[in-house]
Amino acid sequence: MDEYIKEAILQGIVETFQMTFFSSLFAYILGLPLGVLLYTTAKGHLFENRGLNLILGTIVNILRSLPFLILLVLMIPLTRLIVGSSIGTVASIVPLTIGAVPIIARMVESSLNEVPSGIIEAADSMGASPFFIVLHFILPEAVPSLILGAAINVATVLGYSAMAGVIGGGGLGAIALQYGYYRYEKTVLWTTVAMLVIMVMLIQAAGTKLSKSSRKA
Amino acid sequence: MNDEKKVYELKNVTKIYKNDNKEFTALKDISLDIHEGEIFGIIGMSGAGKSTLVRTLNRLEEIYEGEIRFFGEDLGKLAPKELRKARQSISMIFQGFNLLMQKTVIENVMIPLKIAKIPRAERKKTALDMLKVVGLEDKKNSYPAQLSGGQRQRVAIARALASDPKVLLCDEATSALDPKITEEILELLKEINRTRKLTVIIITHEMSVVEKICDRVAIIEKGVLAEIGNVTEVFTSPKSAAAKYLLLPNGEADSVNPFDASSTDSHIVRIAFDGQSANEPFISNLVEETGRKVNILSANTKSVGGIGFGQMVVELPKDEEDSKVVLDYFRGKGLSIVEVS
Repeated sequence: MDEYIKEAILQGIVETFQMTFFSSLFAYILGLPLGVLLYTTAKGHLFENRGLNLILGTIVNILRSLPFLILLVLMIPLTRLIVGSSIGTVASIVPLTIGAVPIIARMVESSLNEVPSGIIEAADSMGASPFFIVLHFILPEAVPSLILGAAINVATVLGYSAMAGVIGGGGLGAIALQYGYYRYEKTVLWTTVAMLVIMVMLIQAAGTKLSKSSRKA
Repeated sequence: MNDEKKVYELKNVTKIYKNDNKEFTALKDISLDIHEGEIFGIIGMSGAGKSTLVRTLNRLEEIYEGEIRFFGEDLGKLAPKELRKARQSISMIFQGFNLLMQKTVIENVMIPLKIAKIPRAERKKTALDMLKVVGLEDKKNSYPAQLSGGQRQRVAIARALASDPKVLLCDEATSALDPKITEEILELLKEINRTRKLTVIIITHEMSVVEKICDRVAIIEKGVLAEIGNVTEVFTSPKSAAAKYLLLPNGEADSVNPFDASSTDSHIVRIAFDGQSANEPFISNLVEETGRKVNILSANTKSVGGIGFGQMVVELPKDEEDSKVVLDYFRGKGLSIVEVS
């Protein structure tokens, strides 16, 4: 393998890491509250609101049913608006974030649904306000499950980030495409794949470990 | 008793669930008062509506018709914020404990104080005091998952006491516990009732629970108040079919006293087996050890999961002295005795 390819792969790892980290971060900033909203507005829950729940649920479902590659293309105008360009590592953070938000929202919703209703009933009986219940009862009880979900979500974002290479995003995906697909350099292709696999495994292992150490029951 | 302050006044409380045009009446026209400082039992078969009833007492369930007054105040008229304030003086413990599993024991006990916006340092002090009351101060940094069922319920009791409530609602609080631990928890509740003058309302399907600690009892059947009165009265001369059924679980509603006592003025007691003493042939032992005899008027026992439950109605010896020896013997064995006449 040529020296410049090695450097490119190293650069790709850094870019993939950056894309994954920032996209996951921004996606959680939006997706966590959205997931809480989906959960709390559902039937029989604290802020039951069927209209809002239906609207949010529909948006989430539509975004989730779009293949990520299509979403990448659809997001180009929005990306240009926000970043000023639609090419490169920073630009790909926009579609990655938008693509991850609905997945995270659903994952958060399902984690919160695991909290036994008895806990909420107890909180209610103590005279806790709905906000207090979400903040001090439901979310803390769901932490181990939320962390486990986060590991899955971050690994998904990593996978998506490789796809961003198709429309000019950076990272390992772009390298695999340029060197592996267009020039058919098998070694480069397999090296990038190996790197991606290792990264996903590390994320999953870290998530599982964190979740376990936080779980008290 | 009647001139004491009323904690709760229920007037014609009715609860109807409506679902897909189908109506289900869970509670019908229930009127009763609960007095300050008493331990009030609400007993009924599963599905009788007793859990719904206790949930109306802190408005976890809204009632359909009727009125519930808590220290004279109409609970149903309270705005959400006022209701939350009122709930801070109506604590509740549950069959499933409902502790926060991701928080330590002391954090669990501190949470009602946080809701009441009490400063952190004070929260910790009060929580520790409450853990002392239930005898678990050494477990303060443990997590609920590391505790036994009985210990978890003690934590729940400590948590319930933290906000210094005026009444404690117990929803099948001992139903998930074995007989020995049940006994300990009931002891604790009784002690708390005595030392803190706390009104306790207990929902249960086990008559032994009512028998052991309640002052008065209400029997609920199919959403209707079948009978209410002092425990000794209701248990010794049940009037309603529901009460008779609960007292004689095999359904022989009319066989409370199948044999007549040898004379009308004789001393009759009811002995309840609570699982601990059922394996011992204690009537034979009584005769062997004390030389006194009793006349068995009726007996009814059953085995629940290998543990004996039941009751026996016996006529005590005519002689005062002999009668006392027999009673002392039974009490010494830890049997629960209710005098019938």
